[in-house]
Amino acid sequence: MIEAFLALFPAAVLAQAPAIMVAAPMLGAALATVLPGGRPAWVVALFCSLITAVFAFVLLFQTWGGEVISYAMGGWAPPLGIEFRIDGLNAPVLLLLGVLSLLGVIFALPSVADEIAPRKQSLFYATFLVCLTGLIGVTSTGDAFNMFVFLEISSIATYILVAMGAEQDRRALTASFNYLVLGTIGATFFVIGVGFLYMATGTLNMHDMALRLVELDDNRVVQVAFAFVIVGLGLKAAMFPLHVWLPNAYSFAPSFVTAFLASTATKVAFYTLIRFIFDVFSVEAPFVSAAFVWVIAALGVIGMIAASVQANFQTDARRLLAFSSVGQLGYMLLGLGIGTAAGVTAGVLHLLNHALMKGALFMALGVFAIRYGVRSINDLRGLGRTMPATASAFSVAGLSLVGIPMTVGFVSKWYLVSAALDRGWWWAVAAIAVSSLLALGYVGRLLASIWLQSPPERALMAAKDRIPVMMLAPMWVLAIANVWFFFDATPIVELARGAAEAALAGAPR
Amino acid sequence: MTVWSVELALVAALVIPLLGGAGVVALGRHPNLREAATLTAAVLLAINVAYLVGAAEARPEITLVHIAPGLDLAFRLEPLGALFAAVASGLWIVNSLYSIGYMRGNEEKNQTRFYLCFTIAIASAMGIALSANLLSMFVFYEALTLSTYPLVAHKGDARARRGAAIYLAILLGTSIGLLLPAIIAVQFIAGSTEFVAGGLLAGAASPLAAGVLLVLFAFGIGKAALMPIHPWLPHAMVAPTPVSALLHAVAVVKAGVFAMLKVGTYIFGPDLIAAAPTSGALAWIAALSIVAASVIALTKDNLKARLAFSTVSQLSYVTLGVMLASPIALLGGALQIVMHAWGKITLFMCAGGIYTATKKTEVSQMRGLGRLMPWTFAAFGIGAASVIGLPFFGGMWPKLFLTEGALDAGKLILAGALIASSILNVAYLMPLVGRGFFDRAPPAKEIRKPAPVLAVLPPVITAIGALLLFFLVGPIVDFLSPVFGLEGGGAP
Repeated sequence: MIEAFLALFPAAVLAQAPAIMVAAPMLGAALATVLPGGRPAWVVALFCSLITAVFAFVLLFQTWGGEVISYAMGGWAPPLGIEFRIDGLNAPVLLLLGVLSLLGVIFALPSVADEIAPRKQSLFYATFLVCLTGLIGVTSTGDAFNMFVFLEISSIATYILVAMGAEQDRRALTASFNYLVLGTIGATFFVIGVGFLYMATGTLNMHDMALRLVELDDNRVVQVAFAFVIVGLGLKAAMFPLHVWLPNAYSFAPSFVTAFLASTATKVAFYTLIRFIFDVFSVEAPFVSAAFVWVIAALGVIGMIAASVQANFQTDARRLLAFSSVGQLGYMLLGLGIGTAAGVTAGVLHLLNHALMKGALFMALGVFAIRYGVRSINDLRGLGRTMPATASAFSVAGLSLVGIPMTVGFVSKWYLVSAALDRGWWWAVAAIAVSSLLALGYVGRLLASIWLQSPPERALMAAKDRIPVMMLAPMWVLAIANVWFFFDATPIVELARGAAEAALAGAPR
Repeated sequence: MTVWSVELALVAALVIPLLGGAGVVALGRHPNLREAATLTAAVLLAINVAYLVGAAEARPEITLVHIAPGLDLAFRLEPLGALFAAVASGLWIVNSLYSIGYMRGNEEKNQTRFYLCFTIAIASAMGIALSANLLSMFVFYEALTLSTYPLVAHKGDARARRGAAIYLAILLGTSIGLLLPAIIAVQFIAGSTEFVAGGLLAGAASPLAAGVLLVLFAFGIGKAALMPIHPWLPHAMVAPTPVSALLHAVAVVKAGVFAMLKVGTYIFGPDLIAAAPTSGALAWIAALSIVAASVIALTKDNLKARLAFSTVSQLSYVTLGVMLASPIALLGGALQIVMHAWGKITLFMCAGGIYTATKKTEVSQMRGLGRLMPWTFAAFGIGAASVIGLPFFGGMWPKLFLTEGALDAGKLILAGALIASSILNVAYLMPLVGRGFFDRAPPAKEIRKPAPVLAVLPPVITAIGALLLFFLVGPIVDFLSPVFGLEGGGAP
């Protein structure tokens, strides 16, 4: 089947796949800016994200079984030229980006038409495509400084996208500004770290860097660089306690932006963490392995508990889910902190699964918002009766977040707990259990409001007109994926396992 | 080529109720046909399970879904599961008849949803009964919790919603917070979660690890309602009575204690439980639950609340049997699942019958009603006698075996707790029957409308069943003996 799919493309196209992935949305962005209205720009965005989705599959199949694609950008050979390097670790992340941006764009048309002024819509889609370009670039590139550039491209686009929420709520502006300040600090930390690494190794190519770092375990500059990189990328990934920008950004951004960011942007930042910790640096370096228990795993566990507790006290549904995202990131960090192949597998598995959950949840909130303009948990009451299709999808994804069997959340938890036990970390198992109970608490609040409260009068009045299929379909695709990949978990587990293998392969010592 | 096989029958036990559910939805606009779908499914399921009981010897198994390497949803038939499936499916027929009488008699709303959720719940119970490993059991355990939630919240008023929320919070909370980590730990220690004769963990886990796991299982299986995890059960009584009868006297709670029994028998094994440092303490907690819940039951005037606490008490008999971990005590626990199911469903159906006819819910309002509703009160009396454990009623056997198990283990006080509980049972169940018959009859207008035949006949059937089980215990013991390594037949 893989051969049949790849045979559809001419060999010349296949060879250029990494470049096409990043070029398509970039050119699309330029095109979208000059288009007159929202709808033509949307068609461009749809086309571009379709291309990225298709080529994400191409790259995944090309790297299936441990192959590594090294693509010299512009024909300049690495390590001097910029290299795009696709392996088992970033191919699944590219797939996630491609598929979720495609679903997101389908969802966007009615949602953006409702939330963004018509004259700004084409620029909005252009910004989205720039953001997508940046995210794909960050994921694909094998060059540390190039990664910083793409990280900034995606981040600056994200600040704009978040600020677009100002038409609904002016607080989006402060949220975006806070995000800008913190995001810039994060990027600065990262680039300082990369600078130190360049100083110590004399190369910016990450693969090359890894080979040279093997002999530099005791180098103070390298150790400082590690700290800077972790803090910088941790901030982008919203690692507790560097997450303070995230709740506001998610709460006030347009619905589509929140759904897109929650399922992709922090995931990409998390990928960069894995890339640096495991691939550029090495688990075998003493200063890295010391960080596992006391930084990565510890912050993961604290985040898992603290952010989940905070989520329980929110009154705004989107804020609640934003805190939940911080908490869920804790699971992924814990997986990394375990440091074994099983742990990284669990971390990546949860990365993929969490994107499925949060994508569906935020999309459902977007549907609620477009129909009733509701955001607070109290306003969700009775939606189970007035909007059963959306409320059901929300509930499926919500139960997945808790980790109920027959959802992917259960598979995540199973692998994570197994990995923790494997390492003998009983305290981590206890933390996962407590965090799951907290998740049950906050999801329970949402579901109780949706299903158990009676709808206010006005809601019943307005319930006549229909919800656009373009919003329902992508949401339900994600909700069904949440169930499907429980019963057929093998593909997604294999992706995660392949990613862990690629991450741990590292440089030979 | 044979089309039919035992393996297919295993799958059919899951599929038949679900097909029945599909039928219920398809026929939702025609109440008579809809109920026919439920009844057809119930009868087919009972026939299928009867066939399975006959085939349990061969231990057939089938993998339903291959989730990921090492993780399977699979079924394997063994005597305990076959017995639980037989009880649940057999009583589903009686209860379906009763549901029709009750739901129509009380003009309940959303009946299609009610019957649909009922079929899903029964399918989940079958899944629990037939599971080949802990993972499969956990999946169906949670499915049972979620599918019964709409049934508990059926009335939709504030009280029903609150009760249902507590129900869900406790059952999901304990299962995710305690049971799931325990299951994954078993997977980690033993490399699988298969149910293995003699105990999967025997020889693999240290007594200390087993002790910790035992605690996690005992409280993680919230459906077993061991104190202090029990409050969901009284709160679940806001459900319509057929739900309380079949689910909260048979399928749900028995799924809990059945899971406990199965974990004790096939995951730990009696020897490991005996060696675990916590089993003694858990036996005491079970004994305390037995007595304390009986005392609380005594103070409840609401009949269903009283029966709920009685159930809490009776369920802990099974947990006690598991913790005593001797063959005779385990056998007593297994028998308790059967005997208590027949007795308690009778009591609940009688309570519902009384409510349908008179709208009375409090014990103190029911004086003399026996003269107006003789069949219902007679059935109640038999059911009560069986639950108490009086001779010539099925409920006597498990009490006898459990007491013997406690005495064998040299735990006189535990045996005393069992006897004390039986006395308390008499005190909270029998006055209703006595006063029902012997107090002055209330004016006949107390009966607003006579209870439908379908609300009176089913408890009479189950009451007769509770009587017959006293004599039928031999074959059941023979059937179960190999599981616990007991030498064949009859009462010891």
